[in-house]
Amino acid sequence: MKRFLGFVRKEFLHIFRDYRTLFIIFGIPVAQILIFGFAISTDVKNAGVAFLDLSKDETTQKLTDKIISSGFFKKTENLTSYNEIEDIFRKGKTKEVIIFEKNFGKKLQNEGKASMSLIADGSEPNTATLVTNYTMAIVSDFNTDMSGVNANNPMLIQPEVKMFYNPELKSQHMFVPGVITMILILICALMTSVTIAREKEFGTMEVLLVSPLRPIQIILGKVVPYFLLSFINVIFILVLSWLVFGLSVKGSIILLLAESMLYIMLSLSVGILISIVSSSMQQAIFISLVGMMLPTILLSGFIYPIENMADIYGYISYLLPPRYFITIIKSIMIKGTGFMYVWKETLVLISMTMLFIGISVRKFKVRLE
Amino acid sequence: MDNRVIVVKNLIKKFGTFVANDNLSFDVFKGEIFGFLGANGAGKTTTIRILSGLSSPTSGEVTVAGINASKKPEEIKKQIGYMSQKFSLYEDLTVKENIMLYGGIYGLSKSLIKERTDSLLEKLNFLEYGNKLIADLTLGLRQKLAFSIAVFHDPKIVFLDEPTGGVDPITRRQFWEMIYETAARGITVFVTTHYMDEAEYCDRISIMSEGKIVALDTPENLKKLYNTATVEEVFIKIARPVNN
Repeated sequence: MKRFLGFVRKEFLHIFRDYRTLFIIFGIPVAQILIFGFAISTDVKNAGVAFLDLSKDETTQKLTDKIISSGFFKKTENLTSYNEIEDIFRKGKTKEVIIFEKNFGKKLQNEGKASMSLIADGSEPNTATLVTNYTMAIVSDFNTDMSGVNANNPMLIQPEVKMFYNPELKSQHMFVPGVITMILILICALMTSVTIAREKEFGTMEVLLVSPLRPIQIILGKVVPYFLLSFINVIFILVLSWLVFGLSVKGSIILLLAESMLYIMLSLSVGILISIVSSSMQQAIFISLVGMMLPTILLSGFIYPIENMADIYGYISYLLPPRYFITIIKSIMIKGTGFMYVWKETLVLISMTMLFIGISVRKFKVRLE
Repeated sequence: MDNRVIVVKNLIKKFGTFVANDNLSFDVFKGEIFGFLGANGAGKTTTIRILSGLSSPTSGEVTVAGINASKKPEEIKKQIGYMSQKFSLYEDLTVKENIMLYGGIYGLSKSLIKERTDSLLEKLNFLEYGNKLIADLTLGLRQKLAFSIAVFHDPKIVFLDEPTGGVDPITRRQFWEMIYETAARGITVFVTTHYMDEAEYCDRISIMSEGKIVALDTPENLKKLYNTATVEEVFIKIARPVNN
């Protein structure tokens, strides 16, 4: 144990002596949160929306008012026929056309359901997704108002609404979970794999292997400091986003931290695996960045909704740990759900962790021979 | 009972069909400086890995410091020191931190480490370097320090894998003085080298070729046997590079 602690102490020295490492660990989260929060704001404000109201009754009027008064939309025109839709999109100011069917209000009262269509300007896919989602959120809100307790979605339009559950409709709230997910993969997978690869490259690994330290102690010694730092980092990001954006965790903070620990362990085991299969720092960096960072950013649902992806990418995303973690922390942070709703994802993460550790231990032994 | 610290009997190590060590048998004695020579690829590294508990023999009996290498390789690790041609100190740590780390890994107590560190730094005229980063030291100083750290925990045997690669002649000379002192303390020195003048400094040398030991004796006896003036000529006569 004393041997082990000495080794851990040395790892901390490595980290604290290298300002670049420290900068990556604590500087990048700040930069990303600020960039994603302010610069790349995907919020929609005053998006042009046109209405084709074929019913013109009290209900459609109410709903129209609700949509416009939300602050996200600005009415550009009232249309009278379908033919005008293409024209109005060409003008460019209108991002979405909302159509109410004939006898909307009557149908809603008599049959308990009525339909409306949302047509968005597909030439700007991101905005299109956002405006339709915003509209659907407002409509579903309207639904609840109308039907009261019996919220059986009488006007169900499309089922996608639930993934974008975000009552305050703020994009920062969507980014914070993504940033946490990405930073953890970055610190854990990239840093651990680099630090182990570095020992190999500098020849110090040889000396460690010849020493009485056991391989498992060497691996754990590498992992413990990054585990602690990552954990501090999660808290740091949460506090930062609370201070800057006023984003508070809706659900249980303890559950959130526990899930984060699980994900940290998973990322660390990925990092160890990467370092075992790569023989140089360069290789380790390359595999971590291309193999882990890019898929995390592009395919995990962090920036691009998984629902919008081509099927093949959707399937690939099932293989990526971040996908599950993002779902988990979004649920806890934004929806405030409990463990009962995320246990499946948690189970997937646990199995992945065990799988990676299993492979690492086997591979590490093979390399000793 | 006897003063053999390494006993190797009929050691064979195969990787698939490739025989890296082909029926080696030799003994190394306490306090001896044992030169382990051979062309690249002759199988030296494989043998050292087995002797240091990193790898186990396919067959044969290997005992290091009285411990069976096939049965308790982990126990061997506590009894040996190791220094490789590749650099083995942490450049971003100071001299003292490096000593502290390795001392701790080998299970020495803090007070003992401190005591030995002070006397070591004094002996090496290193006192002013104690808190300097390894990165700021010259290669020669680093090699000397790396060697001192390899024997810091008083191992029974120290393995030196081409320890003087890239070092200037003066430092090499000083380095060999340190090796002599170490051997005089009763620590066996097991050294590989490509410098044949260094081979002359060893008590005994073995020369490996294609997985076999083709010569093993004192430098003087070998020179007599092959009727040459230097060990270098002996080496060229009998050690064939694998690829030629």
